[in-house]
Amino acid sequence: MLLTDYEKEMRDGQHGRAKARAMDLLIRYGEALGAERLVETTNVAGAFNASTPSVKPIAEKGMAHVFSELNLDSDEVVDVPHVAVNTCQLITGIDNDNWRIQGASEEMIEMQRSAERYLGRRGVNMFATCTPYQVGNVPVKGEHCAWMESSAVIYCNSVLGARTNVEGKESTGAAALTGRIPYWGFHLTENRFGQHLVEVAVEVDDMMDWGLLGYYVGEMVEEDIPVLDGTTHQPTLIKLKHFGAAAASSGGVEMYHIPGVTPEADSVAQAFGPRRIEGRFRYGEKERRETYAKLQSASDDKVDFVMLGCPHNSIEQVALIAELLEGKRIHHDTALWVHTPRALRQVAERNGYCEIIEAAGGVVMSDTCPAISRRVPEGTRVIATDSAKQAHYLPAIAKVQGHFGSVRDCVATALAGTWQGGLR
Amino acid sequence: MNAEAATAVRHQRPASGAATHVIRGRKVVGGKAAGEALVTHDTISGWGGINERDGSIIERRHEIVGQSFAGKVLVFPGAKGSSGWSAYFHMTRLNGVAPAAMIFNRMTTKIALGAVVTRVPAMTECEPDPFSVIETGDWVEVDADAGTITVTKKGQASTAG
Repeated sequence: MLLTDYEKEMRDGQHGRAKARAMDLLIRYGEALGAERLVETTNVAGAFNASTPSVKPIAEKGMAHVFSELNLDSDEVVDVPHVAVNTCQLITGIDNDNWRIQGASEEMIEMQRSAERYLGRRGVNMFATCTPYQVGNVPVKGEHCAWMESSAVIYCNSVLGARTNVEGKESTGAAALTGRIPYWGFHLTENRFGQHLVEVAVEVDDMMDWGLLGYYVGEMVEEDIPVLDGTTHQPTLIKLKHFGAAAASSGGVEMYHIPGVTPEADSVAQAFGPRRIEGRFRYGEKERRETYAKLQSASDDKVDFVMLGCPHNSIEQVALIAELLEGKRIHHDTALWVHTPRALRQVAERNGYCEIIEAAGGVVMSDTCPAISRRVPEGTRVIATDSAKQAHYLPAIAKVQGHFGSVRDCVATALAGTWQGGLR
Repeated sequence: MNAEAATAVRHQRPASGAATHVIRGRKVVGGKAAGEALVTHDTISGWGGINERDGSIIERRHEIVGQSFAGKVLVFPGAKGSSGWSAYFHMTRLNGVAPAAMIFNRMTTKIALGAVVTRVPAMTECEPDPFSVIETGDWVEVDADAGTITVTKKGQASTAG
């Protein structure tokens, strides 16, 4: 791979062992991809925290061991310097305040807090959310990023027009210390054009329908770039957050175009640029119903746990849930957890939303989610969620049955204790 | 080749004279390994798709749900899903349940980084298409540095040692 003089110095250890190990990984990774060179990145979003039982045996030896093994793939344990560029922590394993409700031990929360002190001093900003773009990390169009979290990557590429591949724990660790990432994939303009045309032949307006459309599109195009044609309603952050997370779960979609909405295409022709249309798909009522059925994995109607906020809820979503719960009480056999970034939680507290949700018997969680933490209320057999992503992953991870529906259906379910959803 | 893989080759080497197929491809991660093939036509999720403690596929509706790739030559179209892909395959290495080698068709950052940190021989851009030659249970020797995959069809391998 072609390296600059400074990159060669880092590789050769002139800027410390940690950067040398980081460069070693980036070179192995870049060569595996077939990348010709690295590119400078100014924005890294990764997973560095020690917050899960699987990390504990390494964390007991110290955070330098965790970072070296899991963030640099290095057998050599290196001292970790301050990060070289703007870097943040994505979602993590435990809620720093609600850890008891999650069923985490004192030992686990102390491990996470100790890891956060270590990382914090080295400049890793503790956003602790899967949606950094909701709490102040909003990359500019064209900015080269190194982000993890498939739902954030697809948002970064598609909605913001910044450039990132789906990075991993090891490559974001190396990028944070060097400010470099392989120049491959979505960093290159020629790889950002559309490949498949999806004609949207039904109305897609509410959040659930954007989730269904995303789940359908991911199944159809897998890792390719879809271009949506025919959507008639202007989407918002919430809807595209939901759409992207679903498309990245059922397939591996990392970028899409909605001409006239997303920033790199004003027309279908511009979205495809020099590429020909490889595939054409039509999303009609039949496809909508089939997709809805695929997201249902529950046969029992009694619901033990309602999970809202994947990806983490915006403040408007928390406000809506509070409005639906005001003056009511959720069923005594059913738990309700609402997930939002900690920075937004502060706003939710200030607005009184947390008080309303808690008075109804719900919990407002931050920092984590059940799929990441692998923690659900004890005895949970059946869940309900408004997230296609959570409905896709949680049954496999937590061995539960899952209902998928709108936020209103899910809140009604929490109140009744039985599934209230259905496709209308 | 690691010690376990070398032992496996000695014990399960194909009977002399068994017909083999040779596939050529590009090295993703260097090295040599051999093992029984586990073939799936479905892409694989790392985080949420595999159990990193036993190397099994856990995704609902997956073609090989419940089967483990530990010690197998994993033949699959590519990676999908969460960015935890590399971290979960990384953990399979630390837990001793990584595949022996990986052969895949579609290059992505998830799979490139995942193969690098799993530290097993990995190949892509193969000719002929591995899916037209390799079936589950075939004996497969991967020499990523030489860019070759040697396939002995099921039933033609001797396990006599």
